[in-house]
Amino acid sequence: MRILVVEDDDILRDGLKVGLGLAGFSIDTVSTVADASEALAVDRFDAVVLDRMLPDGSGLDVLKTMRRAENRTPVLLLTAKDDVSDRIDGLDAGADDYLGKPFDLDEVAARLRAITRRAAGRASAQLRFGDVSLDPASMTVEKQGCTIGLSRREFSILQALMENPSAIHSKQALEQRLYGWQEDVESNTIEVHVHKLRAKLGAGAIETVRGVGYRLGRP
Amino acid sequence: MRSMRLRLFLILLATTGAVWLFAVSWTYLRTQHQVERVLDARLTEAARMVSSLIGDHHIDVAAAVDASRTSDAAAAFTVPEGDYNRHLSCQIWSLQGQLVSRSESAPATLLAGHQEGFSNTEVDGERWRVYAVVNPALGVRVLVGDSLEMRERLIGDVIKGQLLPAIAILPLLAAFIWLSVGRGLAPLDVLAVTLSRRSADELHSVEDERAPREVRPLLASLNSLFRRVREARDREKTFVAYAAHELKTPLAGLKAQAQIALRSDSDAVRDRALSQISTSVDRTGRLVRQLIDMATVDSVETVRAAEPVDLREMVAEITGELEAARQSREIEILARIPDTLTNCAFDRNLMRLALRNILENAVQYAPRNSQVELSAAERAGVLSIDITDRGAGFDGAEETRILERFYRGSTAGGQGSGLGLSIVRMALARLGGELAFRKKDDGFCVSLALPVAVR
Repeated sequence: MRILVVEDDDILRDGLKVGLGLAGFSIDTVSTVADASEALAVDRFDAVVLDRMLPDGSGLDVLKTMRRAENRTPVLLLTAKDDVSDRIDGLDAGADDYLGKPFDLDEVAARLRAITRRAAGRASAQLRFGDVSLDPASMTVEKQGCTIGLSRREFSILQALMENPSAIHSKQALEQRLYGWQEDVESNTIEVHVHKLRAKLGAGAIETVRGVGYRLGRP
Repeated sequence: MRSMRLRLFLILLATTGAVWLFAVSWTYLRTQHQVERVLDARLTEAARMVSSLIGDHHIDVAAAVDASRTSDAAAAFTVPEGDYNRHLSCQIWSLQGQLVSRSESAPATLLAGHQEGFSNTEVDGERWRVYAVVNPALGVRVLVGDSLEMRERLIGDVIKGQLLPAIAILPLLAAFIWLSVGRGLAPLDVLAVTLSRRSADELHSVEDERAPREVRPLLASLNSLFRRVREARDREKTFVAYAAHELKTPLAGLKAQAQIALRSDSDAVRDRALSQISTSVDRTGRLVRQLIDMATVDSVETVRAAEPVDLREMVAEITGELEAARQSREIEILARIPDTLTNCAFDRNLMRLALRNILENAVQYAPRNSQVELSAAERAGVLSIDITDRGAGFDGAEETRILERFYRGSTAGGQGSGLGLSIVRMALARLGGELAFRKKDDGFCVSLALPVAVR
């Protein structure tokens, strides 16, 4: 899942990037309201982790601008101010969840999974398609009850496909989801990962729609 | 004395008593004077009257003289009985020293030996005021006198007439004074009750519109105290809230990095997280120090007396403290301070806080391997210090925000506490100085200007 982190403190920003990266998210980071607005206008993210106090304004302004532009990306507000009234302000401004500093990285990851699940309209934390089930929290995949070992990238691609099983996912969209801006992506990376996934889950597990992208194969 | 009521009561009672005593003394003296005047006039009149009566031959002096020889008891005047009987005593003596006649109350012995006029004498233990007149035609001397004791009794009675009712009224008067003082002090009681009913955090002003004029100065200073306490408390509250808030972000960073270090299998990731933790601890330490500085500057109500300060030494000390940061960023601090400024007078702590925070900012935000210049000069009692670095500084638009607490400049790159310049500004305000920023072609200049006494 691709997450935008908006945080001005560089050590915390780095901690979120590395820590959430370890939890299977791919993270892009910005540190100002201006950069955040620009990133949100240009790219699509699965969720936004937003700090409330930013050097050039309030995180709430970013949030309000997003919601005004009909951007429904789930937002997790991070803040040092966590009075009841601050929480209410944040939620009313359009935040999906609220977390006071300092926080536990696992909790941030869990809340991110929860708000993205709600945004996708799913009840269960686990994703199922045919005989394959995927657990985002433990980053495990099972086929017919047997655990399948996947790399982080393979897992992310499978998760993207299973989150929206009927849609066709373009190679670009998958690349964006897997890699942050700073990472270089080789042109055939997605093909390599899809090839490995087919080897582990069965040749028919992922279909290629020529010229468009990939989707899950009909069971 | 503890009780204002008692104090007022005693003062009022004492002054009333004093006024009374004065009035009584005055009355005593006046009465004495008047009585003396009136009675002396009467003596004179009586003596002349007797003398003239003899002259008109109403009394046969020769016969009287003869009679006095045959009888010890001289012919007597009768005086009506009364309180002040024996008002006047009269003796008529021949110039040869024979008692010709006397009034009933008069003693048989000579009342006074003098020739004419007034005299005070004592006869048989009784004191007399005597007027003498000589009738040379008849060869007699007329003496008219009255008892001095009687005069004193008369005056005493007048005074007693005044004092007795006063003593009777005194307790009543005391009671009235006591009650009146109580009534008069009632507004103070009301105020005391109002204040004592307040809880510790009720720091609003006491309403003073209905307060008596005398209490208003007290209320005004009370209200001003309330205002200052309220402001100090608000400042403290805001400060604590902000401080807590500002410490949470570095704590969140520390926690995140610690969790990464704990769970990462990769040595590279772990080492990086640990080095981030180390950096963050340094920064948080600085933040805590600045918070303490801020609290120090905030709490200083009055600037301490100026003390002799060697500016050159102070800058050298600060440069020494910033050694580690300077070395890691390869920043050199060049100070140009004239000899005249090695002995100037201002509050050492405030000045040190201001300079340290400016230099710390300069070291942190100037480009690597560059120079920070500090130049100081004194002109007409104003010390100006310019600190120039090669960094980008900030724009005019950002200037007002940059002085706010906890505001970090947009070029700060997520470091710093946002407190440094607030501390500088507050310290300078306390020193009576000003802070100015100037963007230059090749850098950024922070200027301080403050009044200084150079010795």
